Amino acid sequence: MADVAVQHGVEGLYEPSLFGTYSKKIGMWLFLLSDSLTFGALLFAYSYGRISTPNWPTPFGKESITNATIMTACLLSSSLTMVLGVLAARRSDRAGVVRWLLATMFFGAVFVVLHAREWMGLIHEGLKPFSNPWAATVPQFGGTFFTLTGMHMLHVTLGVIYLGVVALRKKMLPILVVLWALGFFLTSSDNVFHYGIHVLLLSAVVAAFVLFLKPKDYDANDVEVAGLYWHFVDLVWMFIFPLVYLMSTRVK
Amino acid sequence: MHNVAVAHHDESRTPYYAVWVGLLILTAVEVVLAYRQIFAPLRMLEVLMVLSVVKSALIIGWFMHLKFEISRMKWMLMVALVACLTLMFIFFADAFRILSLGSR
Repeated sequence: MADVAVQHGVEGLYEPSLFGTYSKKIGMWLFLLSDSLTFGALLFAYSYGRISTPNWPTPFGKESITNATIMTACLLSSSLTMVLGVLAARRSDRAGVVRWLLATMFFGAVFVVLHAREWMGLIHEGLKPFSNPWAATVPQFGGTFFTLTGMHMLHVTLGVIYLGVVALRKKMLPILVVLWALGFFLTSSDNVFHYGIHVLLLSAVVAAFVLFLKPKDYDANDVEVAGLYWHFVDLVWMFIFPLVYLMSTRVK
Repeated sequence: MHNVAVAHHDESRTPYYAVWVGLLILTAVEVVLAYRQIFAPLRMLEVLMVLSVVKSALIIGWFMHLKFEISRMKWMLMVALVACLTLMFIFFADAFRILSLGSR
């Protein structure tokens, strides 16, 4: 098992870890660093455009801000339940881990559903990637909005699936396939999520590869590493929420 | 094991609940400031970014547990991130060039 190479308590046999912790955690931190730069670049580009365009649309009224605030509260609460899950894993409380991970997934799923509803509302109002009904001279509003929030929504969705695989393992696969089928057949072909839902099927295929080719009893370290990813997703929203929504509140 | 971060056994949950409440309060402050449009856009951006950085510090330090890792790990991660972001943010000044030159 590769894990043996970096376990504590085998000093003298192997070099002590340079960063004082197990490789998997260092690996996840390095990945998060790279992902921060991806979002950092997107957020910087968005902020630059926002500041340098005097007539940037401000379409987010009371309903939108309330919805986005609830979404923020959902993600913050999901981070709390994630931490509690990690603490449960450290105590080897298996049932507790599953309970807290499912709670985290619930908040994450609520976030995605609320976000999808908001997208549908904005699309219905006429927001498109290269045009919007509020400012004809700012065609980039739609593209920047959908790219930023869409990238984040994808990260949240994949995070929920990741947590599901850690919590439920092979039981997660039929759940993913059923959700994909429901999502696909219950949405019309002019709905962007009719195509986006395929992410669930793709994830089921990838998860199946991982679960069958590398079967493992996920331990406290795996839960902690999944937690790091989840907190990162929350962290990114802490920047998207003010930059995209709070900077564009509708003047009454 | 002196160079290894030690996991606390039977860790208290209180700090995590406190961080969660702190984050909710900071979010509420942000929402009120923005909803009432207290500041002009540029000042609003600065205020929101400061608040967001404070929230990030809470999440990274406590939820992601970085506060309890060894110094070398903290320095490596934070210096790398800040350095890369700074390289991008240097170009923010260019946004004002466009504003002062005006656009048709």
